Amino acid sequence: MIAAIAFYCFSAVAVGSAIMVISARNPVHSVLFLILTFFNAAGLFILIGAEFIAMILIVVYVGAVAVLFLFVVMMLDIGFAQMREGFLQYLPVGGLIGIILAVELILVGGSWSLSSKIQQIRSSPTPSLEKMTNTHAIGNVLYTEYIYLFQGAGLTLLVAMVGAIVLTLRTRRGVKKQKIAKQIARRPEDSVKLHNVQTGSGV
Amino acid sequence: MFDIGLAHYLTVAAILFTLGIFGIFLNRKNVIIILMSVELILLAVNINLVSFSVFLEDLTGQIFAMLVLTVAAAEAAIGLAIIVVYFRNRGTIAVEKINLMKG
Repeated sequence: MIAAIAFYCFSAVAVGSAIMVISARNPVHSVLFLILTFFNAAGLFILIGAEFIAMILIVVYVGAVAVLFLFVVMMLDIGFAQMREGFLQYLPVGGLIGIILAVELILVGGSWSLSSKIQQIRSSPTPSLEKMTNTHAIGNVLYTEYIYLFQGAGLTLLVAMVGAIVLTLRTRRGVKKQKIAKQIARRPEDSVKLHNVQTGSGV
Repeated sequence: MFDIGLAHYLTVAAILFTLGIFGIFLNRKNVIIILMSVELILLAVNINLVSFSVFLEDLTGQIFAMLVLTVAAAEAAIGLAIIVVYFRNRGTIAVEKINLMKG
């Protein structure tokens, strides 16, 4: 009963804030509603018993992706008002396609049945909660069976990081910067000159 | 009604997915909102994966959801970097003006 109420609350807020994401006038509000959607999706995950994915969702999506969106939206100085021209123009066709898609997906999701051989074809069955927690079970599988996928994910992130840096790096003209190699390579005999000054005649 | 099963989660995921698609149609000019809609679509996919994983008692779905999360983070970083570079060069990010790559 409580779980059902929590499910309906989380999913209603998630869907409502998703609607606000695509219809808010101000993109900053869109990002904030996106964060609300992620939080409620994390609540749904906790409700279903996948708490590790829920925590990862909050850390990665809210902590990294949404904040990145917020930075970019606030950094770019764009007239967002004229970007909304054509909003009503695309509403009918978009709404039609959206409704058709939703009906199809809900029909597919609501009318399917499990195979009778489901117990045999599971590749990594979930251990019971008395034996180990969700996080422990995921760790057991992730670092043994799926170690190559895990490392591939790390490689993906590395490539993305290098790509983002390469794309946005630029050398500005007229900026004075410290050149450490030049400083270290400088010798005393290059820059210091000793004069034997005669008394009364000056340098 | 009060017995929450797999179909309920699949319905929520389907609605979120549809809203993502709808957002791409609705905000044809604002590429940042399009990227956010893509994030919504990936979130719906993750909800599908995790709910199937829990109801079939197979951990593979949750592993796959983590990989989808990784790809989503990488995609957001690269996409926003491209937007920043484009804005620096052209002073606008309007989608219909991005036609330099047409041959």
